[in-house]
Amino acid sequence: MSAVAESPTHSHSQVTENYLFNTKGFLSWALTLDHKRIGLMYLVGVMSSFLVGGLLALLIRAELFTPGELFLNNKQFNQVFTLHGAVMVFLFIIPSVPAALGNFLVPVMLGAKDVAFPRLNLCSFYLWVGGAIFFLCALFYTGLDTGWTFYTPYSSSSEFGTMGPVVWATMGVFILGFSSIFTGLNFIVTINTMRPPGMAWFKMPLFLWATYSTSIIQVLATPVLGITVLLLAAERVLKIGIFDPHLNGDPVTYQHFFWFYSHPAVYIMILPGMGIISELMSVHSHKSIFGYRFIAYSSVAIAIFGFLVWGHHMFTAGMAEVTTVVFSALTFSVSIPSAIKVFNWLATMYKGTVYLNTPMCYALNFLFLFTIGGLTGLWLGALSTDRALHDTYFVVAHFHYVMMGGTLVAFVGGLFHWWPKMTGKMFNDLWGKISCLLVFIGFNMTFLPQFVLGSRGMPRRYARYLEEFQVLHQISTAGAFVLGAGLFVALGVLIHSLMRGRRAPNNPWGAATLEWQCTSPPPFYNFASAPSVTDPYDYLPLKYISEEEGWVYISPTKSTDPQAHPEIAKS
Amino acid sequence: MSTIAFPYLLADKPETFFFPPKASTFAAENDFFYMALFYIALFFFLLIVVGMIVFVIKYRQRPGYEGDPRPLHNNALEITWTVIPTLIVCWIFARGVYGYMEMMRAPAETIDINVEARKWNWLFEYPNGARDPVLHIPNDKAIRLRMRSVDVLHCLYVPAFRCKTDVVPGRVTQLWFQPIREGTFDIFCAEYCGDQHSEMLTKVVVHSQEDYEAWLAEAVKPPIAPVAHGQWLYERMGCKSCHSLEPNKVVVGPSFNGSYGKSFRDSKGQDVSFDANYVRESVLAPQAVMRPEFVKASQMPSFQGKLKENEITAITAFLQALEDGNISDEEMNAVPAAESTENTTGEGETDSAAQAAEQVSGN
Repeated sequence: MSAVAESPTHSHSQVTENYLFNTKGFLSWALTLDHKRIGLMYLVGVMSSFLVGGLLALLIRAELFTPGELFLNNKQFNQVFTLHGAVMVFLFIIPSVPAALGNFLVPVMLGAKDVAFPRLNLCSFYLWVGGAIFFLCALFYTGLDTGWTFYTPYSSSSEFGTMGPVVWATMGVFILGFSSIFTGLNFIVTINTMRPPGMAWFKMPLFLWATYSTSIIQVLATPVLGITVLLLAAERVLKIGIFDPHLNGDPVTYQHFFWFYSHPAVYIMILPGMGIISELMSVHSHKSIFGYRFIAYSSVAIAIFGFLVWGHHMFTAGMAEVTTVVFSALTFSVSIPSAIKVFNWLATMYKGTVYLNTPMCYALNFLFLFTIGGLTGLWLGALSTDRALHDTYFVVAHFHYVMMGGTLVAFVGGLFHWWPKMTGKMFNDLWGKISCLLVFIGFNMTFLPQFVLGSRGMPRRYARYLEEFQVLHQISTAGAFVLGAGLFVALGVLIHSLMRGRRAPNNPWGAATLEWQCTSPPPFYNFASAPSVTDPYDYLPLKYISEEEGWVYISPTKSTDPQAHPEIAKS
Repeated sequence: MSTIAFPYLLADKPETFFFPPKASTFAAENDFFYMALFYIALFFFLLIVVGMIVFVIKYRQRPGYEGDPRPLHNNALEITWTVIPTLIVCWIFARGVYGYMEMMRAPAETIDINVEARKWNWLFEYPNGARDPVLHIPNDKAIRLRMRSVDVLHCLYVPAFRCKTDVVPGRVTQLWFQPIREGTFDIFCAEYCGDQHSEMLTKVVVHSQEDYEAWLAEAVKPPIAPVAHGQWLYERMGCKSCHSLEPNKVVVGPSFNGSYGKSFRDSKGQDVSFDANYVRESVLAPQAVMRPEFVKASQMPSFQGKLKENEITAITAFLQALEDGNISDEEMNAVPAAESTENTTGEGETDSAAQAAEQVSGN
C-alpha cells in the first residue's frame, strides 16, 4: 500500500477493495458507518421521493390541461398539489445535495476517511427515514390539503381533528429537520477539524464552502420549527391564543414562524447546488475558477442574508409598511451575491478548454435557468409590482426556475459528474446530453408561459381556471411531459451505466480536487494515507493518459538545487 | 366549468401580451415598472447567455486548440459587476417603494365599502346598508375596502387594478384603488382557502356615477314577497357558501333543497321535523339540533342579532317554496351557487340595468 501513499494516481488495478463490495449482506448496509454508503442510501431515498413528487407534478399539470374538471375533483387536486410541494421541498430538495452528494463527497474532498461523527451520520439517515414515514402518514391520515406551507387557521380548523393537521405536519418537518441538523453539525465539525495539513480555508474546494454555509443555516434555522410545534400544541392544549383568531391569536404570526425556517431553507436548497456548479464549471472548462474568494464569500453572505428576508413572503399579508419596506431592501441585498456567483462562473470559461460533456451541459443549463430564476426575483422583490404578482403563477414560475432549474439541474449535473466516482462506472455521454436537452426544452416550455399567466392575473393553487388562460396552461402541460421524459432518460442512462457501463478511471474529467485522487469507487477508508494537498483548481499538473482513458496527476518537479533560486539560498 | 360572461364588454381578455386591461390608477405605474424590469432583466439575461454561447464556441475543446488552465483574477471586473447591479437594484427598490407608498396612502375622500370574505364567497357592504356579492363602484372615485374574514385567510385580488391584499381573520385589512374606466372585471381569491378556492370568484362592476347611485338605491331595497325576500337574504347573508340549492349536494352543510317538511333523526337519536320552528332554531342556535352526518363539519355561526324575525320567516318561506317547487327555472338560474358543481361564485346579479345582457354560459 505504500505505493498508494507515494503516488495518488495509482492505477485501480492495484486496489481491488472498494466500499461497495468490501462487505456483503443487508446488515452491512443497514448498520454501516461508512459515509459513502450512507450517502448512497440517502441518494436512493431522495431519488424515490423525487419520483413520487415528479409523478404528482405531472398529475397536476395533466388536470390543468382543461379549465374544468378532468379527472381530479377540487379536494383531490388540492391534496395532490399539497403532497407535491411537501414531498419535493422536505423530502427531496432539502436533503438532495447535502445529504446524498454531501455525505459522499465532504470527507473524500478533505482527504479524510469519514465524517467526524459517523454514528450521528447513520442516525441522521434513520431520522430522515422515520421523519419521511411520519410526515407521509400525517399527510395521508389527515388528508392534508393546505398546501406545503400549512397556513393557519385553515390548517388548524377542527374538521381535521382536535389537534389540527398543522401540528402533525409541522412535527414531521421538524423530525426531518433534525436529521438535517445532524448532517449540518457533522459537516461543520468535519470541515473545521478534519481538513488535511495544507488545506487552509481558502484552499478548500468551493463545494465545501457551500456545504459549510448550508450547514450553518441548517443548524441555526431548523430549531425554529421545534418552537413552532411547541406553540401550536400549546395553543391547542392550553388554549393560549397565538395563531388562532378565535383565541385572539394572529394567523400572520404563524407565517412569520413558518418562513423564519422556510426561507433560510430556500438557501439550504440552492447553496449546495451553487457549490456543485462552481466545481463543474471549473473542472469541465479545465480552467482555474475565476474569483475564488468572491464565490466563497458570497456563499457565506447568502447564508447570512438568507436569515433576514423571510418577510418577503408576506408582502401582501398585512404587515406594517415600514416592515414591508425593510424586508424589500434586505431581499434585494441577497440578489447581489448571487449575481457575483453567476458572473464568476461565466468568466471561468474564458480562455479555458470547455469539454461539452453531460455534467457541463447540465451546468450550462443551470446557468441559463438560474439566471432567469434570479432575474425574475426582481419583480417580486419590488414592492409595487409584487402587489400584482404575489400569489400568482408568476411566483410559481419564479421559484420553479430557482428550485428546479437551479437545485435540481445542479443536482443531476453533480450526479453525472460524481457518478463514476460513486459507482466506478461510466455512463453513455450522448444519451446524457440528450436528457439534458429534453430537460432544457421541457423546463422552459413548462415554466416560461407561467410568467405570462401570472402577469395576466392567474392566481396559484387553482383547481379550475377561466377559459382565457387555457392556451398557456396547455403549453405548460405539454412542456411538463417533455421535462418528465428528459428526466426519465437521465434515469435510464444511470441505470444503464450500472448494468453495462465501462469501468471508470480514477479521474475521468481531469479534476484537481482530492476525491479524484482515490480509486473509482473509493476503498472503505478512501485514502491509504493522507493525500498531498494541492490547489483544488490547478489543472497544470494533470495529463490525459489515453490508455487509462483518464487524467493522471504528475507531481510538478521541484528543484532541489539552491543555485536555481539564488535569492532563497541567500536568505 | 361555467363562467359568467359579460358579452357586451369582454373586459378581462388580456389587452396586451403581458397584462389584463388597465383599469385603475395603479396600472400605468405598474405596467411601466414591469416593462422597465423586463428590459433590465433581458439585458442581463442576454449578456450572460450570449457570453455563455460565445465562450462555449470559442473555447470548446477541439483538436489543435489548447486553453490556458492558469487562474485569472481581475478585481476591477469583480468590482464592476458588484457595483453596477447594486446601483440598479437600488433604483428598483426605490421605485418599488414609491409605487407601494402610493398604493398604501388612500386619499382623504374615499367611498368606504366593507368586505366580508368567507369560504367561498365575497360579500360587499355599501355605505347605505346595501349588501351584494358583486362589487359595484363608481368610476374615477377612490374606493377603500375594509376587509374581514369570518373563517380562514383569503386575498382579494383584482388583476385589472393590479392590486391585492390578504383578508386575515381577526384583523381588518384595507385596500384602496381608483378605477379609471367603466366595465366589469374579475375578482379572484389569491390566498389558498380550501376546496372551492378556485371558484371564489366574483366581479367588480365599475359604473358611471349616475348608474352607481341608481344601483345603490335599488340594491338596498329587499324584495317585498317573502319567497323572493328569503332568496335575497340567502344570497347575501352567507347561507349560500355552505348550503346548496341542488338536492343532495353537500357543500359544507346540508342542501336546502329537499329538506323542508321532512323528518329526520338527529345526532341525539330524536326524531325531528324540519319545520318553521326548526329553521328558526337552526338560524339562532345552529348546534342545538343537528343531523348526525353534519356534526363534525358544523362551523355555522349563530345569526342571533343578524337576522330579524321577519327575515327568518322569509327564509322559511323560501325553503318551503324550494320544496314545493314553487320557484321557476328562471328564478333558480338567477340564484347563484346553484347552477352546477363547479360554479358557486362568479355570479352577476340581475339587479343592475346595465347588466341586463348577462348570460350564463358554460360547457
